Amino acid sequence: MLEAIDVSLVNWSRAQFALTAMYHWIFVPLTLGISFIVAFMETIYVKTGNPEWKKITKFWMTLFGINFAIGVATGIILEFEFGTNWSNYSWFVGDIFGAPLAIEGILAFFMESTFIAIMFFGWKKVSKKVHLAATWLTAIGANLSALWILVANAWMQSPVGMQFNPETARNEMVSFWEVLFSPMAVEKFLHTTSSGFVLAAIFVIGISAWFILKKREIVFARKSIAVAAVFGFLSSIYVIFTGDSSARTIATHQPMKFAAFEGLYNGSERAGLIALGIMSTTDTDESNQNLMDFNMKLEIPNILSYMAYMDWNAFVPGINDLIDGNEKYGIMSAHEKIERGKTAILKLKEFKEAKEAGNTELAESIKAEFQTKDFQENYFKYFGYGYITDPHVLIPSVPLSFYSFHIMVFLGMYFILFFFLSFLFVIRGKLEKHRKFLKLAIWTIPLAYIASQCGWIVAEVGRQPWVIQDLMPTMAAVTKISTSAVQVTFWLFAAIFTVLLIAEVKIMMRQIKIGPKVKEEGGHN
Amino acid sequence: MSRPNLLVRTGRFYVEGFRNMSGWGKQVWIVILVKLFIMFFILKLFFFPNFLKTNFDTDEQRSEHVLDNLTNTK
Repeated sequence: MLEAIDVSLVNWSRAQFALTAMYHWIFVPLTLGISFIVAFMETIYVKTGNPEWKKITKFWMTLFGINFAIGVATGIILEFEFGTNWSNYSWFVGDIFGAPLAIEGILAFFMESTFIAIMFFGWKKVSKKVHLAATWLTAIGANLSALWILVANAWMQSPVGMQFNPETARNEMVSFWEVLFSPMAVEKFLHTTSSGFVLAAIFVIGISAWFILKKREIVFARKSIAVAAVFGFLSSIYVIFTGDSSARTIATHQPMKFAAFEGLYNGSERAGLIALGIMSTTDTDESNQNLMDFNMKLEIPNILSYMAYMDWNAFVPGINDLIDGNEKYGIMSAHEKIERGKTAILKLKEFKEAKEAGNTELAESIKAEFQTKDFQENYFKYFGYGYITDPHVLIPSVPLSFYSFHIMVFLGMYFILFFFLSFLFVIRGKLEKHRKFLKLAIWTIPLAYIASQCGWIVAEVGRQPWVIQDLMPTMAAVTKISTSAVQVTFWLFAAIFTVLLIAEVKIMMRQIKIGPKVKEEGGHN
Repeated sequence: MSRPNLLVRTGRFYVEGFRNMSGWGKQVWIVILVKLFIMFFILKLFFFPNFLKTNFDTDEQRSEHVLDNLTNTK
């Protein structure tokens, strides 16, 4: 283990990053989805020439604008934190992160600032078709910005396309395309953006339901719900497919995360999926406080094996298999991985000492060894394990992962039904009669945010203790600064972001109350 | 009269857009400017210095520092 690392420093640094990321993620998914909804609405306007659709487009565009403006650049604080609180990590990955984040910055700045300006200022300045193109390009630009951030995050979950250079202590990119098109990156992008579409569709339906309950703007609300329900239904079906393929990738690249969010302690062939479960609060293993059993569980046989490996009979490793190892199924124990990780760290230390002693020949031979396939696959692959002393540290919070995953999945299923009913009621013209459903639609808005946040909890808590899967645990990534400094910035952020959120909600609520009869901007007809 | 060049037209487009901005647009711009000020002139300068850039002059020194940290195990 690293010498003199304060656990509370690691925990506060993690809490600070989690807080910033979670607040940032309040703003992002709505932007990703509502930009496309607005584009669909404007397309209908351009196709039909019906001014009602223009009014609808402009109203939702306003809410998009408020959300975008309040949320824009909040993610930059995460980059500040990399440099201040996670300096070892940001140096270790610098080259890999540099390219996607630079592309994101350029895309975000040029595409979004240009096309958003046309969206808001250009109603009377450019032709209908050019304006529509700007709206579509804004939506595409916003989602492309998300792509690069998600590619960077996916690399942390499944590092590929790089070569570690002991000379610089950095991972250097050897294949940009491998980083960009890794299964983890592709699935993360598709799953995350489509979940944003679902959230935005729920937002549009919920706000429209409020108008109907207030007996205001009925035609506007019905049309908005029709577009959002179709978009939301298709997106939520797509979310299931992308979630399913993500689960398979996780089962292969992050089996511990997979076992944690499924609450699978002991692996088995024909493993069952726990559809519903309440975890016991009594620890069953005193040596590991995290291990708990279920008080109640509803298990569907064989499904987990199929979900993980597309084979009803496949063996799915559990937490205990991943810690203790399982020779029969070729699963290496945590102890073995720790030993290999220590060997890799020792080799790095030898390199450093050889360099300091001026022994260029030895330093060069160790550097060459780092580049061999054998060393990479058998030792460097487990580099991060070398910092672990207690294998149980490798188990993430199972209850948090399990409940977050199941809440996300259940809400996802509910959203499909919700979109279906929304569409059914709107095409039958019976929406106004279902007042309970309309109230439910309003309350579904926070549920969409909960599902979205749960998704990130599964992704990030489930991969603990890793900052970079298998290569760098949080304790090796953190900067040795004072814990109190991190605590101060944690509370500072909590205050600033809460004020921002309140500002957004207040400005948005005011615009919603004004309704779609908002004064035309830029003298638009 | 000849048509102004693209740069001038783009400039006018933005100027007129900002001039005719609605109430919510102005409010949002105030929030954006305050937010950016807090982020870049307060948080970045006083609370979030880049640790490696602030404490070391060259990339070589930064590498050595990280190598020290990564190999400083029991």
